Amino acid sequence: MTEAHPTQAKATLFQTATSDRYQRWRLVKDKMVARGVVAGGLSIILAVVLIFFYLLYVVFPILLPSHAEAVGRYDVPEQALGNTVFLSMEEQNEVAVRFTDTGKAIFFSVTTGQPIRVDALPIPENAQITSYAHGGVDKGVIAFGLSDGRAVVVKHDYKLSYPNGKRAITPAIQYPLGAEPLVVDKQGQALTKLAVKLGDKNSTLLAKTADNRMVLSSLSKKESLFDDEGSWEATDSVIEMAAEDVDFILLDKELRNLYLASRSGDLTVVDILDKSKPEIKHKLNVLNQGVQISSMEFLNGDISLLIGDTSGVMAQWSMVRDQQNHFSIEKLRAFKVSDAPIITINPEQRRKGMLAADANGEIGIYSSTAERELIKEKIAGGKPVSVTLSPRANAMLLQTEDGKINHWTIENEHPEVSWSSLWNKVWYESYPKPDYIWQSSAASNDFEPKMSLTPLVFGTLKASFYAMLMGVPLALFGAIYTGYFMAPSVRQYVKPGVEIMGALPTVILGFLAGLWLAPFVEANLTGIFALLMIVPLSVMVFAYFWQFLPEQARHKIPDGWDAVVLIPVVIFGAWLSFQLSPSIEALCFNGDLRTWMREEFGIGYDQRNTLVVGLAMGFAVIPMIFSIAEDAIFSVPKHLTTGSLALGATPWQTMTKVVLLTASPGIFSAIMIGFGRAVGETMIVLMATGNTAVMDLSIFQGLRTLSANIAVEMPESEVNSTHYRVLFLAALVLFMFTFVVNTLAEVIRQNLRQKYSSL
Amino acid sequence: MMKAWFKSGSPWIWMTAGAVSLNLILVVGLLLLIAVRGLGHFWPADIIEYRYQDRDGPESAIIGEAVATSLLPAAQARAAGHELLDNGEYLVQHLVKTGNRDILGSDFRWIQQQYIHGQSTPDDLIMVERREWGNFYGRLLAVKEDGAVIAQGEQAWQVAQQKLATVLNQHDEIDSLQDHEVGAINYELERLRLKQRGLELKNAWNEAAKQEFAAQKQTYEKQYQVIQQQIGKLSKESKRYSLVVAEAGNKEITLPLNRVVKLTRPNTMSVLDKCIEYVGNFATFVSDEPREANTEGGIFPAIFGTVLMVMLMAVVVTPFGVIAAVYLREYAKQGFITRVIRIAVNNLAGVPSIVYGVFGLGFFVYIIGGNIDRLFFPEAAPAPVFGTPGLLWASLTLALMTLPVVIVATEEGLSRIPKSIREGSLALGATKAETLWRTVLPMASPAIMTGLILAVARAAGEVAPLMLVGVVKLAPTLPLDGNFPYLHLDRKFMHLGFHIYDVGFQSPNVEAARPLVYATSLLLVMVIIGLNMFAISIRNNLREKYRALEN
Repeated sequence: MTEAHPTQAKATLFQTATSDRYQRWRLVKDKMVARGVVAGGLSIILAVVLIFFYLLYVVFPILLPSHAEAVGRYDVPEQALGNTVFLSMEEQNEVAVRFTDTGKAIFFSVTTGQPIRVDALPIPENAQITSYAHGGVDKGVIAFGLSDGRAVVVKHDYKLSYPNGKRAITPAIQYPLGAEPLVVDKQGQALTKLAVKLGDKNSTLLAKTADNRMVLSSLSKKESLFDDEGSWEATDSVIEMAAEDVDFILLDKELRNLYLASRSGDLTVVDILDKSKPEIKHKLNVLNQGVQISSMEFLNGDISLLIGDTSGVMAQWSMVRDQQNHFSIEKLRAFKVSDAPIITINPEQRRKGMLAADANGEIGIYSSTAERELIKEKIAGGKPVSVTLSPRANAMLLQTEDGKINHWTIENEHPEVSWSSLWNKVWYESYPKPDYIWQSSAASNDFEPKMSLTPLVFGTLKASFYAMLMGVPLALFGAIYTGYFMAPSVRQYVKPGVEIMGALPTVILGFLAGLWLAPFVEANLTGIFALLMIVPLSVMVFAYFWQFLPEQARHKIPDGWDAVVLIPVVIFGAWLSFQLSPSIEALCFNGDLRTWMREEFGIGYDQRNTLVVGLAMGFAVIPMIFSIAEDAIFSVPKHLTTGSLALGATPWQTMTKVVLLTASPGIFSAIMIGFGRAVGETMIVLMATGNTAVMDLSIFQGLRTLSANIAVEMPESEVNSTHYRVLFLAALVLFMFTFVVNTLAEVIRQNLRQKYSSL
Repeated sequence: MMKAWFKSGSPWIWMTAGAVSLNLILVVGLLLLIAVRGLGHFWPADIIEYRYQDRDGPESAIIGEAVATSLLPAAQARAAGHELLDNGEYLVQHLVKTGNRDILGSDFRWIQQQYIHGQSTPDDLIMVERREWGNFYGRLLAVKEDGAVIAQGEQAWQVAQQKLATVLNQHDEIDSLQDHEVGAINYELERLRLKQRGLELKNAWNEAAKQEFAAQKQTYEKQYQVIQQQIGKLSKESKRYSLVVAEAGNKEITLPLNRVVKLTRPNTMSVLDKCIEYVGNFATFVSDEPREANTEGGIFPAIFGTVLMVMLMAVVVTPFGVIAAVYLREYAKQGFITRVIRIAVNNLAGVPSIVYGVFGLGFFVYIIGGNIDRLFFPEAAPAPVFGTPGLLWASLTLALMTLPVVIVATEEGLSRIPKSIREGSLALGATKAETLWRTVLPMASPAIMTGLILAVARAAGEVAPLMLVGVVKLAPTLPLDGNFPYLHLDRKFMHLGFHIYDVGFQSPNVEAARPLVYATSLLLVMVIIGLNMFAISIRNNLREKYRALEN
């Protein structure tokens, strides 16, 4: 074949006429290839830009402001049936209900206000409605207190069905405690204030009577063999306290704490765990002089109280336990809504947010965790009468005193994230003080997500700091020796040998760190610290006595083979440290370093701690730093060093004064790149720490890094949820950080290369 | 003297040399650690019978393999509440793998040297590897067939081995029927369902189609019946035999033979036998499916998944990497743009791998995959096809991640090709593209190869991004099988690195799984270091070759 080839080529060369087309084709091909290659080259830039912008694109919605929009305004349906006491909407924002002071439930269409169905509640004929209460906005439970000391408890409920493939919502009224009114006050006094909470097994009704007593009726379900529904058995009790000025009553869903407040701002907390023996726990005034409470509600979860006052301030108060296990009521934060009294507060049903409306028709939507105002709008039509947020908090109905209902849609996807909730201390519910906490999810619906990136960034920097502390000296010293002093014959094995370390999968390093190194360090803590002292010392001692060896023996070892000679010395030093460690421990630390640390300084010890991470990740960054720094040192032009030596400098002087100075930008960029690697390393920290997001400077405690956090939580996070976007934000932070570090390192390296080529 | 010595700077040079030694010791030590622990996993260790008496218990027998020994300094031992009988300097403890998790509750037990009254390695001790509950250690008493004893005493061993071989064969047959035949039928049925749904969406689901589908379904169901009968027969057959064994406390236990994987008497083996056994164990490890939440059995699906993923990745990454390098070296004017590209390449190399995972999950899986599903697989909704992590997305993500490796290596190769060669080709009338294709790229091919190998080595060891884009702890099916279209890019897969993480950290029985993790690590390390050495040697050869060319 090869011999036939030249003749063929000759033929094509001479067939010029027929090959005209062929020639043009060749040129076209050439151009196409050129275009393709250019496009391919530029696509690398595109890839980096794409990653950046994609991460930003996902993160961006949490930066967008929320907004609300009026979409409808219509007359209150069936206005003749009484004034609204309670408004509510169902999940799909299609059907709403209005309960009136005459005991009617009017279901109507959210968009048009057309009545769908009217239910009359079973109010006995000889009684009037004297009070009402809701049993949590998300539960759909409403109770009406009657003038004869009884109460009616109802629940509005919605059934979804799909007749003919279209969704239909059928509202209904249910009686969870039976349709018959319940006797709350046995003395038959009118109930002027009421609170209610329904549970599966236990339910509680609490009322203030017309003659100022606080009566508590607690019902527990009696399981019956014959009756599926079971029946309720009541225990009654009276709370001994002056109840004249109780104007607000709230009962939490654990049926444990009862909050009573007066308009003047006196808040009383009663422990009703033992229903027959209520106990007053706290009494305090929550307001300034001259201000009155104008509304009070629970925040979702029934842990915090939202107290609105006549000066237009809404404050969040919560029961807080301090380190001594003392409970107190503390004001976590306050929002200034306006200057007019806050008439009504409506908590969101699934998040820690709320809507507050003042007497002038100004409404504000707030997030408690992020401590920020998300939406501020003015509603036309005067003073609000009643207001409700939809279960998904994406719509609102507000009835004003002019007899109209305003329908608004709300776009408020990520209220719980703000600059301050991500980076500053936040006072979360049930925490003793503001703190940095990452705890993104829990099983319950009313959990307050705690998404502070600060402990994660802290953990990341802590882990990389210790990794660098271990890696940089070893890598740089190694690079100095390998790049300048080492014999070429040794160097050609040593360099790839160390570089192969870099090829080791980090999952293996992490696995060894977690399952082998962590127990080893725990058992040999003193030995590890002794290592730091004894190994360098033994190298020094060996070096000192080396010069006294007879010439002949010394010359057996060629120049630049010191590292090989030192291997047994280092091994001996390490062995010695572990051999000595029990005696050191017995001598200085009463036999056990960890016990000693705990007793003397109160330093706890986690098996998978920062020390372990530092050692393992230090090992992982060595090859990278070593390789780049060694290149920089090795490529320092030889005439510089020979010049220095010729002028009488010792090798070490030449090293520090000439080589290191010239190579310093390269060394710097090596350290930067190593640092970038340590910051982004995932598997080692994931496996070698306990992944607890604590902010603790101790080297014996665990940590959680940004990257490990992403690896742990990303697979479980719901797409496009706030949690998902915050995890993307964590990735973006990592990306930007490494981008800056790497770009800087690369620019420095490029400049260095130019400098060398000019030297 | 001392002062002068310090002034000469020589101690510092020694210190730097010490750092090099330490680095080397760390590398070698680490590799040795993995090698020793990993290789030890396959060695059939002797089974030891201890006579053991605690401070407060009666004397009892403990049967198991000695795994490790620890020396606890006396002070620490006393602090932990142990007493030292002989007032020695150390408390000596042995970790014994006692197996019999179903009886004892755990696989391992620490015993103290001071309480051991004696130990021996009797020939009749057996090790039974079971499908569930880990290993059994004890003595073989009899073999039963349909509940009646057919062999006892010395005979029992021979008979047990023979019967075990038959039962294992039956088991393999059942497995292959389940996996291949039943799997294929299920797959076809699922495709039929999707086709039907597709027709329904297109409003083409008419009587004719209905009948045709029903007929097909019936054929499949008939086939299924036949196979099911076969399986039933085999499994009935395999359930006939059982072993009667005695554990350390001489309690008799009946082990159904179809729950047994292997039966050995390590104490009777010679060194040669053990070596053969060792090789066999290793082969099983590499070729078998995992059992018991991955803590026992082999790692074949993980190896397979890793290799397949890496191969797909190589197919994607090579052209892009080479084109980018060619642009940088052959086409671009060295200037601002090339500087920016180099910075971009370095950034791609420096971005944490987990960020690639996040990007891959969001961009490849949810955006691209989600849209592919919407356009091409509407019939599968709401179940995602490509809109969920899988093999394709994992390889694409890793391809993006390893791109800089290929670029840098190829660029280096291109820069070593002497200019004269290009000029020669151009002078003979070749276009730039032809020069590139006919001379430059062939000469650079070893460098491209180097880059590719390094990329493969990097990808094989990477775990963090894969956790987000397609790796699972246990994939029910391999991504490559006999069902059309044979290569299932949408399937999730297993991966060696993730296997290590999962078994080492997420499994309920970490202690028992540890040797297996070491063995897996060793395999992974060997592959990766092997690939790297190979790449380095290619690179060195290449350098030599061009040095010769330049002269």
